[in-house]
Amino acid sequence: MNRPLRRTALAAGLVAVLAAAACAPGDDDEASGDESPEPTSDIQTDPSQMGDVTLVVWDQEVRGGQNEQIEALNAQFQEMYPNITIERVSRSFDDLMTTLQLALTGDDAPDVVQANNSRSSMGAFVEADLIIPLDDYADAYGWDERFPESVRAVASYSDDGVTFGEGSLYGVAQQGEMVGVFYNKAKLAELGIEVPQTWEEFVAALETAEAAGEVPLPFGNLDQWPGIHLYGAVMNREVPPEEVRDLGFGREGADWTSPENVAAAEEISGFVDAGYFTDGFNGAGYDPVWADFGNGTGVFLIAGTWLLADLDAALGDDLGFMLPPPREGEPPIATGATSLPFAVTSANEHPDAAAAYIDFITNDEAMTIVAENGLVPSVDAGGQQASSPAQQEVFDAWETVTSQDGLVPYLDWATPTFYDTIAAALQEMLGGQITPEEYLQRLQDDYSAFVGG
Amino acid sequence: MATSAAARSATLADARPPRAGGGRPPGEPRRVAYLYILPAYLVFALFLLIPLGRAVVLSLYDWNGLSVAEWVGLDNYRQVVADEGLRAAFGHAAVLIVFYAAFPVVVALALVATMTRARLRGLGFYRTVLFVPQIIAMVVVAVAWRQIYAPDGPLNQVLRAIGLDGLARAWLGDFVFALPAVGFIGTWVQMGLCIVLFLAGVSKIPRELYEAARLDGAGPVREFFAVVLPALRNEISVALTLTVIAALRNFDLVYVTTAGGPGTSTTVPSYEVYRRAFEIGQVGSAAAVAITLTAMIFVLTFGITRIAERGAA
Repeated sequence: MNRPLRRTALAAGLVAVLAAAACAPGDDDEASGDESPEPTSDIQTDPSQMGDVTLVVWDQEVRGGQNEQIEALNAQFQEMYPNITIERVSRSFDDLMTTLQLALTGDDAPDVVQANNSRSSMGAFVEADLIIPLDDYADAYGWDERFPESVRAVASYSDDGVTFGEGSLYGVAQQGEMVGVFYNKAKLAELGIEVPQTWEEFVAALETAEAAGEVPLPFGNLDQWPGIHLYGAVMNREVPPEEVRDLGFGREGADWTSPENVAAAEEISGFVDAGYFTDGFNGAGYDPVWADFGNGTGVFLIAGTWLLADLDAALGDDLGFMLPPPREGEPPIATGATSLPFAVTSANEHPDAAAAYIDFITNDEAMTIVAENGLVPSVDAGGQQASSPAQQEVFDAWETVTSQDGLVPYLDWATPTFYDTIAAALQEMLGGQITPEEYLQRLQDDYSAFVGG
Repeated sequence: MATSAAARSATLADARPPRAGGGRPPGEPRRVAYLYILPAYLVFALFLLIPLGRAVVLSLYDWNGLSVAEWVGLDNYRQVVADEGLRAAFGHAAVLIVFYAAFPVVVALALVATMTRARLRGLGFYRTVLFVPQIIAMVVVAVAWRQIYAPDGPLNQVLRAIGLDGLARAWLGDFVFALPAVGFIGTWVQMGLCIVLFLAGVSKIPRELYEAARLDGAGPVREFFAVVLPALRNEISVALTLTVIAALRNFDLVYVTTAGGPGTSTTVPSYEVYRRAFEIGQVGSAAAVAITLTAMIFVLTFGITRIAERGAA
């Protein structure tokens, strides 16, 4: 490279820098926030009266049954209301996560989007006024009656996006998901264990299975997040649900170092010492472990209902599902949420039509279609006809836990950095690198820095 | 102006008699050369310089990617230096340089030196096989090795089969061995590149040099240091540059194999960039880490080429 060329390159680079520096990042999208059409008091709920409208909908319902149910519902909606055209843009979850932010701030923003519940997605969109509160529509369509409170909570934020789990409703979801206990009925019979009804019986069953040389609780934590779900299942037995919610939603007033939390952390590290988990669980992948469970390795599997279809196919009638058994006399509590809620963007010029659409895809008939495609409908799951015994158990479990408001949020939602904090700290505690107290202190530090600051 | 550039340059050339030494060489004026590189330069600027400049600007703001950004000057950089976790990530990157760059170069040199003394049949075949890891997408490599390292994966099965049960472990979940395990994948990937580069370099060494060395009574070791190593100086420099860059920008391998775990024992700077930008919405801080990393790569590779050049002079 000769001298003058190098100087030109430098100059051009500088020009580029200065040009880019002319406006602060994020400056240009202020206007769109102000123009957003606020829902008026007289909400139009009859889509046929809305004139010709095109709704651009971004969803991530791409896998088998998900795709079929949304296609069916979109077709029905357009058939019923020919004046409304649905332009569907479907993306995988990962694609959606990385592109939605840019799409929402761009000139050509979609009208309805599926936004992840977490602070870094939905919370940030609320804070930046990119999606609108749906409270008026909730009144008009009766969503408050349709969805139980613990289901609405996971899509609720304060208007500034700071408080999670309460405030205005920003989205509604079609499907439910929760972390429960899958079990292998054949193994239980072999071991002579009844299906445990209480946590005490469950722990006793783990002991029996271990003594018989089985893997009582297969667990692969190489991917880091499975540990968070497993930990939640143990924690929910020790810590009162209100405190779990405060911790999980990152709200003030709770304490990770409370005696109940210490009990939970010590209990799970006791599971490690007792050898209840897969050998080398920190180095075992999530997928191989549940696939092995499907092939008959392991007695119980604490995992999300999203594995239902795959495990059903693998184990058939041997597969059972239950909510994590509560301690004697306690109500059922499970970690869970909904599928990604559908939200209405502020760039949207037809909020009435958008709300009518998301009402349509979450109404009673829609729930039946969701269930028919093998997915857990977010409401009225108990009333649906399931296609397999395990699926019926999942539907019933969801109905039970949501109707008793026993749903608690994923722990990694607490603060923007909490996923990394708990994922790393949990691997270290379960790997014996730090004590349960040190583990909880790490969580407390992250939590208190967030709620305090 | 009335005359075209070419015509004008012709008249200028006519008017001035060519001078010997100094001034500019005869032929077309130099500035026209910029026209030739302009198309490539535009692409380069559009896809590299402007994004780079944009990243520099972003690194001076506190921005979550959505709301209006707040100017914070060099605060992001201060935090990069102060952040213990990030320092650890750069430390891991340094360990990875050993596995990605030092090991492959040393082993490849030893192998190539041996090959120069013994004629090997089917060299082309081996060369192809050794180069294959370079061609396979890193994600595929990572997924394959994840299975190899699994608690009941092939590596542990082999160890147990030969009675080394004590060595078998959950490699990627082990707080001591996870980073070396990830690093070894890098060694495996980069080895082929180094060997192919060095073989090409060795083939340029004239036979006479070996003969002269042997006539002077040099043994294999002496011959290696007197003949092979100096001749490969440029190839070593290229190999080191490429492998060091690969070590520092390592993202996909860690993302797929360990996601930084267990605990934080395999975090690397590139992964931090991704995490901050796309997962926790700290775009400014992500840009600061990225710029720091870019600067480090630049300094290191510049140093490597400088050392190689100085040695050659």
